[in-house]
This record gives sequence, structure tokens and C-alpha cells, in this order.
Amino acid sequence: MGSSSIIVNGTPRACAASPHVSLLDWLREQGWTGAKEGCAEGECGACAVLVARPDVPGQTRWTSVNACLPPALALDGQEVVTSEGLGAGPTPGQGAELHPVQREMADRGGSQCGYCTPGFVCAMAAEFYRPERAPQAGPDSPECGANGFDLHALSGNLCRCTGYRPIRDAAYALGDPDPADPLTARREHAAPMAAATAVRERDGQFVRPTELATLLSLLADSPDAVLLAGATDAGVERNLRHTRSPLVLAIDRLEELRTLVVDEGMVEIGAALTLSEIERGLAGRVPLLADLFPQFASRLIRNAATLGGNLGTGSPIGDAAPVLLALDADLVLASAAGEREVPLAEYSTGYRQSVRRAGELIRAVRVPLPLAPRTAFYKIAKRRFDDISSVAVAIAMTLEGGVVESVRIGLGGVAATPVRALATEQALVGQAWDLTTATRAAEVMGNEGTPLDDHRASARYRSAMLKQALLRFFDEQGPTKPLQKDGFGLRNHSENGGDR
Amino acid sequence: MSTPLAQRPPQPAVGQAVAHESADLHVTGAALYTDDLVGRTPGVLHAWPVQAPHAHASVTALDTAPALTVPGVVRVLTAADVPGTNDAGIRDDEPLFPAEVMYHGHAVCWVLAETLESARLGAEAVAVTYEPLPSVLTLTEAIAQESFQGAHRTVSRGDADAGLARSTRRFSGEFEFGGQEHFYLETQAALALVDEGGQVFVQSSTQHPTETQEIVAHVLGLRSHEVTVQCLRMGGGFGGKEMQPHGLAAVAALGSVLTGRPVRVRLNRTQDITMTGKRHPFHATWEVGFDGQGHLQGLRATLTSDGGWSLDLSEAVLARALCHVDNAYFVPDIEVHGRIAQTHKTSQTAFRGFGGPQGMLVMEDLLGRCAPALGLDPGELRARNLYQPGQSTPYGQPVRHAERLRLVIDEVSSRADLATRHTEIAAHNANSPHHKRGIACTPVKFGISFNLTAFNQAGALVHVYKDGSVLINHGGTEMGQGLHTKMRQVAATALGLPLSAIRLAPTRTDKVPNTSATAASSGSDLNGGAVKDACEQIRDRLAVVAADLLGVDPGQVAISDGTVSGGEGSMPWGQVVREAYLRRVQLFAAGYYRTEGLHWDVTRMQGEPFKYFAYGAAVSEVEVDGFTGAYRLLRADIVHDVGDSLSPLVDIGQIEGGFVQGVGWLTLEELRWDTSEGEGRGRLTTQAASTYKLPSFSELPAELNVHLLERATEDGAVYGSKAVGEPPLMLAFSVREALRQAVAAFGPAGHMVDLGCPSTPEAVFWAVEAARAAGRVDSRRVDRPAPKALADIRMVD
Repeated sequence: MGSSSIIVNGTPRACAASPHVSLLDWLREQGWTGAKEGCAEGECGACAVLVARPDVPGQTRWTSVNACLPPALALDGQEVVTSEGLGAGPTPGQGAELHPVQREMADRGGSQCGYCTPGFVCAMAAEFYRPERAPQAGPDSPECGANGFDLHALSGNLCRCTGYRPIRDAAYALGDPDPADPLTARREHAAPMAAATAVRERDGQFVRPTELATLLSLLADSPDAVLLAGATDAGVERNLRHTRSPLVLAIDRLEELRTLVVDEGMVEIGAALTLSEIERGLAGRVPLLADLFPQFASRLIRNAATLGGNLGTGSPIGDAAPVLLALDADLVLASAAGEREVPLAEYSTGYRQSVRRAGELIRAVRVPLPLAPRTAFYKIAKRRFDDISSVAVAIAMTLEGGVVESVRIGLGGVAATPVRALATEQALVGQAWDLTTATRAAEVMGNEGTPLDDHRASARYRSAMLKQALLRFFDEQGPTKPLQKDGFGLRNHSENGGDR
Repeated sequence: MSTPLAQRPPQPAVGQAVAHESADLHVTGAALYTDDLVGRTPGVLHAWPVQAPHAHASVTALDTAPALTVPGVVRVLTAADVPGTNDAGIRDDEPLFPAEVMYHGHAVCWVLAETLESARLGAEAVAVTYEPLPSVLTLTEAIAQESFQGAHRTVSRGDADAGLARSTRRFSGEFEFGGQEHFYLETQAALALVDEGGQVFVQSSTQHPTETQEIVAHVLGLRSHEVTVQCLRMGGGFGGKEMQPHGLAAVAALGSVLTGRPVRVRLNRTQDITMTGKRHPFHATWEVGFDGQGHLQGLRATLTSDGGWSLDLSEAVLARALCHVDNAYFVPDIEVHGRIAQTHKTSQTAFRGFGGPQGMLVMEDLLGRCAPALGLDPGELRARNLYQPGQSTPYGQPVRHAERLRLVIDEVSSRADLATRHTEIAAHNANSPHHKRGIACTPVKFGISFNLTAFNQAGALVHVYKDGSVLINHGGTEMGQGLHTKMRQVAATALGLPLSAIRLAPTRTDKVPNTSATAASSGSDLNGGAVKDACEQIRDRLAVVAADLLGVDPGQVAISDGTVSGGEGSMPWGQVVREAYLRRVQLFAAGYYRTEGLHWDVTRMQGEPFKYFAYGAAVSEVEVDGFTGAYRLLRADIVHDVGDSLSPLVDIGQIEGGFVQGVGWLTLEELRWDTSEGEGRGRLTTQAASTYKLPSFSELPAELNVHLLERATEDGAVYGSKAVGEPPLMLAFSVREALRQAVAAFGPAGHMVDLGCPSTPEAVFWAVEAARAAGRVDSRRVDRPAPKALADIRMVD
């Protein structure tokens, strides 16, 4: 058993925590009480901290994450910065030394009760240091400052006091990081490598192998082990449902699970890439995924959550599955015995059940090319930022001569698993893409799945939303509407209203 | 010699826009909250509740022995351990360790252990046997079964029947709307330890340290002078820490007394949501009449609040609801009945506005629904009914400064360019079949002071040290509202010192006793009056010393920005203070304030319970997506009356924060209980941040403009200011009414929109569907069948 340590605010600290102690609780036990627990499920951001994560080779990206979710041990060998590490409050005889983000937040009334503030400061600092952030032409917009600050960077932070306006003002007032700022300088060096961690405590074992083969062999021996990538689901299980797994296998830094490959026939996305990494790597080239990302939880979650985790938990309301169904994606399943490829449409077999065998993990997701030219993702939720879908609908359609040549519709939230709207697809294929077809297909769509009543929405509303989604799609992507552009140059446009 | 309450000296520290006094601590994470003390306190025991899985049940057996076998478990606290009274309430109706479970999640006992994990495992091991009993969950069930608690009250004036009889248009309706979870980001927390000599010291996240102290003493069988409660600061309160902290502090204190070790009670979010009270949901039935010009003639209404399992503050909340049904409108003949349902849910409690929002919502909803049938723009209908100077409320209080209602509406309409935007929105809607916009302006009139007159008093303790530095204590608590910031400004103003000379100490019951809750928006009015009083006593004593030193009369001495001057001479503050000490002049003072001129007959519901009214108005514009019912808040403009602001940055923050919190209550935040007959009956199904959604950045209007009403000196309050904590919450009615307008645009002219509340996307979608259906029927020239609204609004004329 090696000794684990985490560099907090520049100083290494030995970490002798149980595998079931969150980074947040560990930090607070160490005396860093700036980060707070507000919800313990990654919804409020009061616990947000900065972590030095890999960026382009040789560089580091300050990445904001919820400290309440990962086990502290998952940060073994990593660098963490909390609000206390960004600046210092007043001490006897000395005034405060504030970071530019802290200065703006303090001066503009960005804190009232102050409890959510350290988390806001960290999430805001991550965006402050984002290398791509650049001044925009024109004035501030509701969701992007003239300084290039993307407000979605704060979509996972809740404040109950201010109503957010002064926080937005603080964010949009930020200038560029000073090159002499140590965190700015830190970006120019590679992020810490993943540490090979193996800790056995009385109440459980935490192992981070550095080789896929080792991992698969461990998994073959202990098929019930919890696979931990971003911990955005496992952390909630631990905190709210008090799950205590005997063995946790961390897979988030395995290179084999972090591929992003584009070739003529497909895009392969490693199952342990974070959604933020995929978003940056694809840079809008898969429009349906580009539509999904801003609506998928929050930036704090996307900085940790992975496609493998989202699909692996098998939740019927995960937003990735409907989109990937519409994209006709396959999953690459790996085990000690080798790899196999399974269509996502055949992956789920029941509520949180799948064809994944004992000892298998999702290594990658493959999206076939070319992409359908007419796509849309509709997420129906109470709140626009960071909510869980009542219903999610993803549509990918190809027209030929004004007729629907092919269409795939993925649905979330209307059955025990994510499903394809097969009856609706059938009602569309071969039909002229006109209002009559759309209206008729919408009626079919309204009867897809078996929606339930729950605290998010009524079954009746869910069904209505299915129907409305198709009407909306027609309104937005009727035959005369211009086509979306994808990033692969693989699309063959003809002039007769067809898509290929 | 005290100066008039509202009068400001030249160059006062009040009125300056300064950052929150703890802002530097907040942003660096250095600010300490109660639970941050745990790691700084050696030997702390952690507590975990055993929560009952029934809405209503008898506890027939409780076996704690299995818990004691869990490693780390030190003790299980049960009713048998209580040395004093097993009651955490103010009416002997809230047993701390209940023998009868009154709601799903009710804590029946608490486990103390060396770690939180051990405490949790210990709680799982406690064996409790329950005998389930019948439960009442919804307001509908409670009304049907006549499950009520507390007193029924009525506010009335004139003859409601006569008012209705002379009306040319009459409507009746029914309206049920939801409560609200406080969701302060810092959950309830207490840390107790026993000092030397049996003195109990409790650090508590409480809005009401005195009452926390009293209940801890009550449970422990101690006198108040044996218990000290301190509140460093709260991570939000909003009323949720006015009553709810007491029992938790008592558990911590009891554990500490019994084990001799510090005990920490901190609820995690799930426990907090499932165990603590919330804003009261309400049900209302009403009948209203208007004359031919749309003037309100008569209103008869019955309001039923859902009080949950115990009375808590429900009677006071109901009283405020009844006193605010009128909102900003004169109703000559009115009779409003109020009653409190008892249900098997958390005991609903104070929440920003304290019943006022619920009362006012009934009126604003009613006007929004009736306007189309009256053929009036809802803004016009509202304008025609505003209070005029000289008129009184139904409970007999003159509406002083009623002209400000018109003033704030005119000003906000002008700043928001309301008339132009009405036209633009009409043009937009005509060309946009699937996305409709709506705009609405609504006013707020909110009474300031505790309805219960006795609570309108406060104390302060101000020390001047020999080096001239100043430390102030007062009875109010800081929960983010900026009270401490304002109190420093008040002290600096009263003493004539720069703000940097004033330090503020945490709120403690051994410094200032017998305080009222920091609630009812009254924190600055009451504590500001007390701080000012204490400072002026000291200033007057120093003036005598300075007069002697400067060779002038005391009346000629002025202190400004730390310089004491009189006649031709001047000297630094510090020099006068040192000289005063040498002359044996007392350099500290206790200050006291009580609000004058209040009287209230709680039985007749008549009197003048409020020192003054706070006024405001908002214009909000929304866009509704007809496919989903989802909407965006495009712009909001607010003009609000805070008197002469003590601290503009703080006040604007309160206005914006209150507004967005109100938007959350009215449009987004939805509490759902399992009302099935299954095993989960009574369980709160929205018990986490993932299922109970409060506003995020997406609810912040794209454009939000707040202006403070100028030249608005309030003679009856400290330095001419007005309270600001609660009133702005109700500015959010403008958003819900704008949604109603946008929904109406999907239907034919004159369509009456019945909108569920909270007006979630789903609720808006169904209202849009109803509007579209009405339009389809109209366009086919078929006799219009009764739309859904008519099930609620029965036209009786």
C-alpha cells in the first residue's frame, strides 16, 4: 500500500482517507473549510474547487469540479486549489489579498450570505483562466460577456441570496490573467500524471491501475467492483444512498479510454473522456452532440462526467443516450477476453440493465459517419440550466427529394430504458416531409413509450412533449429550412431540396 | 441628547454603497459558519437522526441497544434522557423525541458517535416499531376532514355581501398554490459544549438566538442565564432559521450535557428538506365584485393554509396573509376568513414575506384572471384600484404615503418603456405563432413591523476602547442580508467616525439579551435604532469632555470622520476618548429601541400593526414557447421604496435576490409529496437539489434594472430608511402575470387564463393548450363551451 498525497494550494498533504471519504470532507478535515457542502450531489457547486487537469500536450487546464463527488483518493498525486489558495482573507494586522475574481465578487456585491461564494469563486476562476477565453466583439450578452466569459461556466453553482446579477457583472468585468500569476504560469506545464494508487482500508479498497490490462484483470476477478470515472453518479450514490463499495476501480485516467479519433467512417470517443474534453475535441463537428453539451448538467459536472459513466449507469433519463441513439452509435465493450462492438440500440435490456457482461467495461463510443444533416436535441425540463430531463428527444433525419429517406429518433424519460421511437420513424420514412406527415407522425410520437407520473412531470405532459417535439422539429427543420453544417465535410448537398 | 430618528448628519456613513462587511472573508473562504468550527474543536461527537418512515404512526417500541454495538457509537438520545421538558416548540406541541410520528421523516431519536459514519450506522441499527395511523396530506383532504389547528381569524370591513350585491360584474374562483423550501445553502447546524460550571454554550445557525437559548434551557431544565447561544453568521436563513434551529440546538446541547463532550448536529440536505418546515401552501376560494368601471366593490374569501403537523408560527403567518390580501388595492367591503389546516407534513414556518406573499398572490391572481372578462388591460384594472391617500386597509390602518403606489408604477413604467413595448410585443406576437411574449406590471405594498407588538424592540451594546476603537454588538443576526454592514454604517454615522473604526462582534445572547428574531424585515429598523441610541449616549458624554477641552458648549461639538471639533478648535477622536477615560467617563453603553405607535387587536384583527408600508413595482417581460410551455425572462425593471437607503449596494442586492427568489416560488420551485396510499405515503419526493429546483442563472432576467425610489425619507425609521428584506419578493408577481399575458396571446381576445402555481413549464403548457383550444372553438364560430377556467371562475352576473 503506497502512501497517497494531494497538493492543496501548493503544499503536499498526505491523504490517509477511507475510499469513501469525499474530497470535500477530506479538505474540510484538513482545515480547508472554504469549500462547503450544500447538497452533496453535485447540484449546487458550493464545494467547487480547481484541479490541474491535462490540456493539450504539455499544458495544464485549471478545471472546476465539485469536491463533494470524487473520493479524496481519486486525487492522489493531483493538484487542488481552493478559494483559500486563490487569495487570503484579512489576518491580524494585514488586509486581505484578493485574487482578481475575488476582488470583483467582493466589490460588486457578489456575496451575501457568502456560503456559496467560495464555490462560485473557483468556478469563475476556471473560466478566468480558460485559455480560449477571448474578448468578443460587441457588448455583453445574457450568456457571454464581452470579455469572452461563458456564463455556462457557472451553470452548476446555485446562489439563494443574490439573484445572480452581481455575480454575472463580476464575471463579465474580469480582465485577462496576469502572466506572472502563478496559476497562469502553471498552465504552461504538463498536468500531474495519474498516480498508481492502491489503498486498502477497513471499509473498502481503492485502486487506480495505470494500464488497461491490469484494470481488466482486476475487473475479471471482481466483476462487482465500482468503476469510477468522474464520480458524478458514484459520488451521489455514496453521499445520498450511502453505498459503500468494497472495491472502487478508478478508470478515468486510462489512456485507452481517452481516445478521440475521427476517420472517414466514424468518430471514436473514449468512454473516460469528460464531456468537456469531448466538447472541446469535437469543436462542434457533431452538431447533435454540440446541441447536447450545454444542456447536459452543468460545467462542473461536464468537467468530470463521461459518456462511459452516463451510459454505464443505464439511467433511462441520461441525456447522452437519446442523442447517441439518434446518431446510431455503437459501444465498444472491453474485457480481459477482448473487445466487442454492440449497437447502443441493443445495449439496454431493462431498467438499469444492459448486455454488458461481468468483467466488461465500456471502452469507447463510436458514431458512424456521415452524419444525418437534419438534427435536433430537445430537452424538456423545469429549469433551463442544470436540470434533469422530464423528456429528452433527439432526432436525426435525412431527406432525399423532399422525402424522408431515413430518420432516427432517440427518447429519454419515457420508458425504463432510453428507446428509439420506432413507430414514429416508420411513419416518417418514405413520406414527403410536409406538415401533413409531420402532424400525423407527431400523433404517433405522442404514443411512444410508457411515460410515468412523477415529481418532474405528469405522464400526460411527457406524451404531449413527444408529440410537440416532432411539430417543433418540423417548424425548425422543415423542407425549406437551411441545413446544419457539420465539421467533417462529408455531406453531399444537392439542389433539389434533398440532403444528399 | 438623541437626534430625531430619521435625521442624518452631514456626510453620513449611511447611504454609502459599501460592500458586505464580510465580503473579503466570503470570497476567500475564510468566513466561518457554524459547521466550520467542528474541525477546530477537539473531541466532537456527531449526531444522526433516526427518521420515521411513516406519515403518521405511534412508536410502540424503541430499542437503542443494537446501535450501541456499532463501533464508535457513544450514546443514543431518547425522551428518557430529557432532564427538562421534552418539547422543542413554543407552545408545548413539538416533542423533541416524539412518541407519535407526525410526518414522514420525523426524528424519533438521535445517535451520537465518534464519526458521522458511525452515527449513521448506529441510526440504521436502532430498532423502532411503528403502528401506522391514518394520515392527512393534502389541503383538499384536510378541508374535507376539517383537520384544522389554531384559531380561525377574519379580517373584515363594511359588508362584503352588500359590496358584492352592488357589483355589476361578479366572479368566483378557487386557487391552490404551493409552498417553498428555503434551501438556504448552509443547512441547519449547531455545535454545543459545556463550559465550566455547567454553563452551556451553543453555536447555532439561528435567526433567533434568544429563542434558541430559551428552548435549550427549557429542554435541559436550566435557567436562561445558564445557556449562551452565539451565531457567527448564517449561510442564508429566509425565515427557515427563525424556529427550526431550536430543537436541533437542544439535541446538541442535551448530548453535550450527557456526554461532557462537544456535540455537533448538522443536517445534510436530505435531512434538512425532509425535517424542517417550509413556506405554507395555501388554498383560497373567493368571490369578487366590480362596478362597471372595474373598481373593486366587494370581496369575500377564505384562505386555508397548510400548517403541517404543528402550529409553529402558522397563526402569525396566517394573520399576515389576511392583512395582505388587499395588496395595493382598496376594497370597500371585504371579509376574508383564515384557517390553518393540520396535515402530516413538516411544520410549515416563516419564509420571507411570512404569509404576505400568499395573501397578495390571491389578489394578483384574481385580478389577472378577471381583467379579460372586464374588457380591461390587467395593468389598467390594477391602476384603477390602487389605494388613494386617505384610505385605510381593511384592518383599519391608514395607508400612509399611498401616493407612492402610483409614483412607483409610473416611474417603473417609464423606465421600462412599458407603452412602447406593449406595442412591440403585440407586433411580435402577431407574427410568431409558436413563441409569444407577455409583459406585466404589478405593485407591492407590504406592512413593516412584527404583527405581535412586543417583538418590536431591540437592544445593542457598544464599546469604545481606550484607543478609540469601537466594537458593537446588537441583537440581530447576519444571514447575508447585510444587517451587520448597515449596523456598522449606523454606528459610524452616529459616532462621526470612519467605517474602519467600527468592528462588529458576532451575535451572542450574553451580550444583548431578550432579542427578537431577525425577521419580518425589521432587523435594521430595530437594531439600527438600538445601535444609534447606544452610540449617541457615548457621543453625548464625549461631547461634554470635548467641550471642556475645546472651551465651547457641548452643543457646539461636532464629530465627523474621526475629528472632534467645536468653535475654532479640533482634536482627534482618540484624544478625546483617552481624556474621557482619565476623567472616568463611561465609554460603553447599552442601547434600546422600540417602535412607537403600534397597536393590534389579534382577536378582532384590527389596529395599526405596521409602522409603515414599503412600496415597489416591477415590470417583467417573458417569452413562452408554445411547444413546451418553457419560457425565458427577458427583462425586468424594478422601482422600489427603501426610504433613504442605509446601504444602497446591500439594498439593491436584497431587491434583486428577493425578486429572483419570488420568481422561483411562483414559477419553478415545486414541492411534491407522495400522496398515494402506498408505503411511501407522506414522503417528500422532491428532497434534493436534483429534484427540487431553485433558480439558477437561467432564471436571471437577461436584463435586470433596479432603481431605488428617490426622495423617499421615512420619518419613522432609523436615518430615514425602510426595511427591504421581504417586500421585493413579491415584485415577482409581475413575472407570473407576464406569463399569463403571454399565454393569453395563444388564445382569442378576452380569453381568461387560469394558470397553475408554481407556473412551471408544464403548468404554462396546459394553460397554452387551453388558450389554443378556446381559439379553435372561436374560429369555427361554435358556441364557446365552458373552458377550464370556468370550472374555477363561475360568472354569476
